[in-house]
Amino acid sequence: MPLFALEDVTAVRSGRTVFEGLELALSEGVTAVVGPSGVGKSTLLRLLNRLADPERGVVRYRGCDVRSLDVLALRREVALVPQLPALLPGSVADNVRYAARVAGRVPEVAGLLADAALSGDLAEREATALSVGEQQRVMLARALATGPRVLLADEPTAALDEDSRALVERTLLGLSDREDLSIVIVTHDRAQADRLAESVVAVPAPGAGLAVLG
Amino acid sequence: MSSVHVSLGEVAASLALTALAVVVSAGQRARLEDDIVVAAARAFVQLSAVGYVIKVVFEQDRLTFVVALLIAMTLVGALTARRRAAGVPGAFLPLFIALGLAAAATLGLVVALGVFAAEPRYLVPVGGMVIGNAMTAAAVALNRLGDDVRADAPRIEATLALGAPAREALRPVMRRSLRSGLIPLIDSTKTTGLVFFPGTMVGMLLAGAAPVDAVRLQLVLLYVLLGAVALATLAAVTLAQRAFTTPAHQLRELPLTK
Repeated sequence: MPLFALEDVTAVRSGRTVFEGLELALSEGVTAVVGPSGVGKSTLLRLLNRLADPERGVVRYRGCDVRSLDVLALRREVALVPQLPALLPGSVADNVRYAARVAGRVPEVAGLLADAALSGDLAEREATALSVGEQQRVMLARALATGPRVLLADEPTAALDEDSRALVERTLLGLSDREDLSIVIVTHDRAQADRLAESVVAVPAPGAGLAVLG
Repeated sequence: MSSVHVSLGEVAASLALTALAVVVSAGQRARLEDDIVVAAARAFVQLSAVGYVIKVVFEQDRLTFVVALLIAMTLVGALTARRRAAGVPGAFLPLFIALGLAAAATLGLVVALGVFAAEPRYLVPVGGMVIGNAMTAAAVALNRLGDDVRADAPRIEATLALGAPAREALRPVMRRSLRSGLIPLIDSTKTTGLVFFPGTMVGMLLAGAAPVDAVRLQLVLLYVLLGAVALATLAAVTLAQRAFTTPAHQLRELPLTK
């Protein structure tokens, strides 16, 4: 059974049809979703943890229509890290603790920061005052604090310089070794997809067929 | 309390100072002359009309007339506030409920405490005062709510993405909008008597009441007003925030400006 399946899915955003009749299966492990800007890669991720619903069609998670699941429980199991950091005011540790509390878990702040390749020294720093690269890794740590089984990463390095990108990639590679965690990475960078993912799925331009690339 | 009689001639004479405002505007080329004239004319027409309506309500001395008048005030208040809250979809109903709730709670309390008798002479002006203040505060709060939900959309969605319920994800913007609605009244309550004399006290002093009575009644109204306005703002914000999210805890797509 695939991790996610999209069946005849049409998605509309801001009044524009982003994709139509999309059929797609994503398996466990690390999958990269690639495609040029504007084909709806971010929209696709939003459908997977129901930040948005499709106009038509069914999105399945482990065989279940996502609309039949408790949406809050689904999001704690399928955590999405958006393209740009959007942390809450407060310290790094506050942000991590907040996410854990939402999921009813006891936070291991130091361990979670280490998982996201962040120094423990940052724990008490104001989260929104960190560099964008550090904030993006706090977003990762925060998502991990909910104890997810799937991590959805939307262009996790798009806003970063080369050094920060390498660090985030290393973080994701480290996480991909965990057997209990699947990762779906959206990226426009085919080389990054090859570096990080076990399989690569291309979202086609509207009207074209879907290709599984490797 | 002795009553004060003001003739139409005296009202007309007071227009001399309004004429001064027109002269100032024209002299400074502030281009507010038309607005000042319209404002003065509207005040005359609206207050005169309301005066006659209140006269009928007082003469009839029936609670149904009072309730009907207060509902009409709530309706106008909600419609007026809705214009300021254009960034909040479907703001009218939350505002109408919030203003109605504030008026009902306040009047119920002052009557229950025995501050006023349940008579039109007391219920109409106090109700009008509560609805007016609640309208201003709720409008400011919802205006801020609409702006902040748009500005904070990425953070709200990131919080929803963690599995937080919509109410929880919106809490920071709700808190800010509540504060922005309440702070003006709290500040004016702090400076009352120092920087300005509130209306009830001014009215009572002009009408010849003893200063101590005027002060005590004003205090009752200020305290009641704080509670009523807090209640109205909380109700408006709590009800209005539901328009921004779906039952599946998703942030609705919003037009950037309205």
